[in-house]
Amino acid sequence: MTEMQKLYLLVPLAPLAGALIAGLFGRVIGPAWSHRATIALMLVCVAASVTVFMDVLQGNIYNGSVYTWMTSGDTHFEIGFLIDQLSATMMVVVSFVSLMVHIYTIGYMHNDPGYQRFFSYISLFTFSMLMLVMANNFLQLFFGWEAVGLVSYLLIGFWFTRPTAVYANMKAFLVNRVGDFGFLLGIGLVLMYFGTLDYAAVFAQAPQIATQTIEIIPGSPWLLLSVTCILLFIGAMGKSAQFPLHVWLPDSMEGPTPISALIHAATMVTAGIFMVARMSPLFELSDTALTVILVIGGITTLSMALVAIVQNDIKRVVAYSTLSQLGYMTVALGASAYSVAVFHLMTHAFFKAVLFLGAGSVIIAMHHEQDMRKMGGLKKYMPITYWTMFMAALASAGVPGFSGFFSKDAIIEAVHFADIPGAGFAYFCVLSTVFITAFYTFRLLFMTFHGKPRMDHHTEEHLHESPWVVTLPLIILAIPTVGAGWLIGPMLFGGYFGDAIQIAPQHGAVAQMAEGFHGIAGMMTHALTTAPFWFSIGGIFTAWYLYMVKTDLPEKLKQIAGPLYTLLDRKYYIDEFYSWLFAGGVRALGDGLWKFGDVKVIDGFFVNGAARVVGWTAMLVRRFQSGYIYHYAFTMIVGVFVLMSLWL
Amino acid sequence: MSSGFPLLSLIIWLPILAGIAVLATGGDRNAQLARYLALAGSVAGLLVALPLYSGFDPLLGTMQFVELHPWIERFNIHYHLGVDGIAMPLILLNCFTTPLMIIAGWQVIKNRVSQYMGAFLIMSGIVNGVFSSLDAILFYVFWEASLIPMFLIIGVWGGPNRVYAAIKFFLYTLLGSLLMLVAFIYLYKVSGGSFSILDYHKLPLPLTPQILIFIAFLLAFAVKVPMWPVHTWLPDAHVEAPTGGSVVLAAVMLKQGCYGFLRFSLPIVPDASQYLSGMMITLSLIAVVYIGLVALVQADMKKLIAYSSVSHMGFVTLGFFLFNAYGVEGAMVQMISHGFISAAMFLCVGVMYDRLHSRQIADYGGVANKMPVFAAFFMLFAMANSGLPGTSGFVGEFMVIMGAMQVNFWYAFLAATTLIFGAAYTLWMYKRVVFGAVANPAVEALQDINRREILILAILAAAVLWMGVYPLPLTEVMHATVDELLAHIARGKL
Repeated sequence: MTEMQKLYLLVPLAPLAGALIAGLFGRVIGPAWSHRATIALMLVCVAASVTVFMDVLQGNIYNGSVYTWMTSGDTHFEIGFLIDQLSATMMVVVSFVSLMVHIYTIGYMHNDPGYQRFFSYISLFTFSMLMLVMANNFLQLFFGWEAVGLVSYLLIGFWFTRPTAVYANMKAFLVNRVGDFGFLLGIGLVLMYFGTLDYAAVFAQAPQIATQTIEIIPGSPWLLLSVTCILLFIGAMGKSAQFPLHVWLPDSMEGPTPISALIHAATMVTAGIFMVARMSPLFELSDTALTVILVIGGITTLSMALVAIVQNDIKRVVAYSTLSQLGYMTVALGASAYSVAVFHLMTHAFFKAVLFLGAGSVIIAMHHEQDMRKMGGLKKYMPITYWTMFMAALASAGVPGFSGFFSKDAIIEAVHFADIPGAGFAYFCVLSTVFITAFYTFRLLFMTFHGKPRMDHHTEEHLHESPWVVTLPLIILAIPTVGAGWLIGPMLFGGYFGDAIQIAPQHGAVAQMAEGFHGIAGMMTHALTTAPFWFSIGGIFTAWYLYMVKTDLPEKLKQIAGPLYTLLDRKYYIDEFYSWLFAGGVRALGDGLWKFGDVKVIDGFFVNGAARVVGWTAMLVRRFQSGYIYHYAFTMIVGVFVLMSLWL
Repeated sequence: MSSGFPLLSLIIWLPILAGIAVLATGGDRNAQLARYLALAGSVAGLLVALPLYSGFDPLLGTMQFVELHPWIERFNIHYHLGVDGIAMPLILLNCFTTPLMIIAGWQVIKNRVSQYMGAFLIMSGIVNGVFSSLDAILFYVFWEASLIPMFLIIGVWGGPNRVYAAIKFFLYTLLGSLLMLVAFIYLYKVSGGSFSILDYHKLPLPLTPQILIFIAFLLAFAVKVPMWPVHTWLPDAHVEAPTGGSVVLAAVMLKQGCYGFLRFSLPIVPDASQYLSGMMITLSLIAVVYIGLVALVQADMKKLIAYSSVSHMGFVTLGFFLFNAYGVEGAMVQMISHGFISAAMFLCVGVMYDRLHSRQIADYGGVANKMPVFAAFFMLFAMANSGLPGTSGFVGEFMVIMGAMQVNFWYAFLAATTLIFGAAYTLWMYKRVVFGAVANPAVEALQDINRREILILAILAAAVLWMGVYPLPLTEVMHATVDELLAHIARGKL
């Protein structure tokens, strides 16, 4: 094993060790040593990730096995690593954001009885997520995939005495399982037609079976790769919360805020995006799958942004914003702009982490009040939180110069260039959402930090900036929130991803964009003449007008909108529909099968019926054994007559 | 592959003799002696079984550790023992479970301790006999004998409705196996007077008798597995059985039925097995989906886990009748894994039952507040029961789903619904029992698990995780046998 390979192992194992220390011995070593141990190991993890990243930039790609998990028939299932530009980028983003969240947690979870448990979980999450992104095969991907789901489940239900939290975590797990159901079937098709689950081997064979068809419904042949890719994408829809499997993400806000930032914004929910980017050699061969991705992404982008407008809970605004931004990434995938999706994934990880952690900082100051209608004027009490969140808001709104501008503009442009079915619809969605995004982001900022304080007197007296363990991660994360976008040139158009992402020649969006790209300054000046910029400015202006100038107007608009407002407020009634169909329908079905099938038919009719038949027969037979001689004599005489008449 | 030393005999008879010794300690005045003797006997039983793994040659697909002695010469019946890659892991599972049962019943069982402990030890030996018999009559004797200790365990130490449950259990399984005996006698005739199972494997048979034999075997094995629709004895038996009885029932007894398919149905009547595979797959998928839904609405924890067992056993029978390596090996892994997980799940319910004397989900709520260590273990096993990767529960289900995909997309589709239903019924129960605020004064008074309970659960947790992270050592020993079996089925007998 080379030094580098040891380093690869160290990256996931360091947080795992942290999780075990805090989880198994947390009570013995106490809260302080639990966070010291996990954070020290996270530092090791970040350092190792960065070293690996630098090594990959030198062109050193690694693809190899760690151990054989299992063999069956002729198939070897391996645990192994694929370290290339894509996974190395993810490793740095994941470990860095995770380290920030670890530090932040010291302040946020201060004095919580589950302090050590929390550190154990977030380290375990980091391990699982790293195993997911470093995987060199589908099986290990699925391992990490479900493991991050598990930790998400544990963390959403962290405060397990709250009924809403334990409802939300079960919902999250089950909705994710619906996605995983599709994902596993996709893996099954891959194993069946490729005979292996190893990425490299599968991708190498993909072009040969590009035209193969499969008859899932006899008589209607479908392109095998379309079916496979759509099934895999169903997994991504669960994990990355795409419509209609998005319902779990808003509820996941029941968990403590640090994990909302780490898991439900920056890293785990982007696993689906990462997965599709990783599978680009497969998805490129199916325009049908790409169209599905474009349409689903478009719907998610627009519909979730609209819901964000009417939310009053500060965390829920950010949650719906996350859903909408995930929609953007999905649209980019559908437009074959995988690198752009990953680029937006990265910038979003930074600015959304700041928004969430900032929201958390506000929530601590407000003594766990999350309703923005009871905030206002916090700017003077919490300057660091305000300014970092302000930068994140500019990035989120896509104001030129900030990271979100570059990645979002690139997505819009990529969809514009894409020419597969569905691109027009997706373009409409992503473009109109620019306005909405700017509007709800600045609505949040104005309602929370500007205007007159609306909280009660007691809360206002105690308002103060959060401790340094909270503000330091905010400040550090604010740096890439502003600057990460400047890497657009090398990352998107400089062949940064190498062979990690493959794009078919007919899907030329990124190539066309590269031709028109003349440096970030050029991109910014050009933006001033395009629609997205003016939409973004318009959104900010509208928010300013409604929430700073004419503050009574939103209430009137709400009255005018009437049913439309109710529709958004009820989140399109999707939750109600699901709870009627699944919680109600499936339980009724189970109840019916049990009470009718098992109890009535099988037990009642067959089992106890058989016993009854035996009983009746016995009763009948018992009659013959009456014990009276004359019964027996009579029977004998009848018998003799019958026999004689037969023979004679 | 006769090694000379009668290892299998030792594995069978040591627990039985130990059990008799435990019985001999008599009444409850000597209870402590009975406990320690039983523990020593069961641990010795596990230790003598270990050479079975270390001495096993994984490259051979034939019987190993063979012992062959005449028994009843007039009918050509032999004391014929041997194991292959299918039987060996099951024997280890059985020997592994027995000491756990003894420890689990350590303080809980206060009446007739020597009989309780003795019954488990004797049972353990008999089950080893079932898994290693190569003579049909010897097999039949062990098979039926294993009913007796279980019948007593349920009937004597069970719940209020134990007599109904015990008789239902006994009659169901006894009636099933009678036709198996008829099949053996028929095979004895056509094979020219042999009861050797290995002879039966080679015996050519036309399709019609094959189908009849298949159905006779099916009744015996399907009841034991249990397959839908002959599964209704299992929830009743589990609900009434004491914790230890439930554990052995789920972990070991059900595996006898599964084993029967591999040892008898598939190799003796391969063509009938293929001919009727559609029916078998349908029944298995009904078990997975239908029973998964039924489990969802159970109010009694033990019933819920019992139904979940039936659903998981559906994967085993599904895997067998796919006739590919993923399916059969996956089914084998599922059998072993289910042994660990169902044992752990029943023990977890037992832990709570010992404290609160209720199995009703509605009587609990917020257990995590009072029993955090227990809640952590229970979480792990609940996740394993939901088939989470990294636990043993995933491995078998994954392989069987992969195997089903090779045969038909829709088989895999229906089988994979367990990802959703399995998680739904397990986690919903977990939520209502463990999460939430403390529900009532009884829960408020709960004490966390003691060291004895931690020991048992920790051993099972280690087994569940080990098999999830590194199942290779288990699948390795099965390859040769499974390859042989699949080739045999593919050749057919017609």
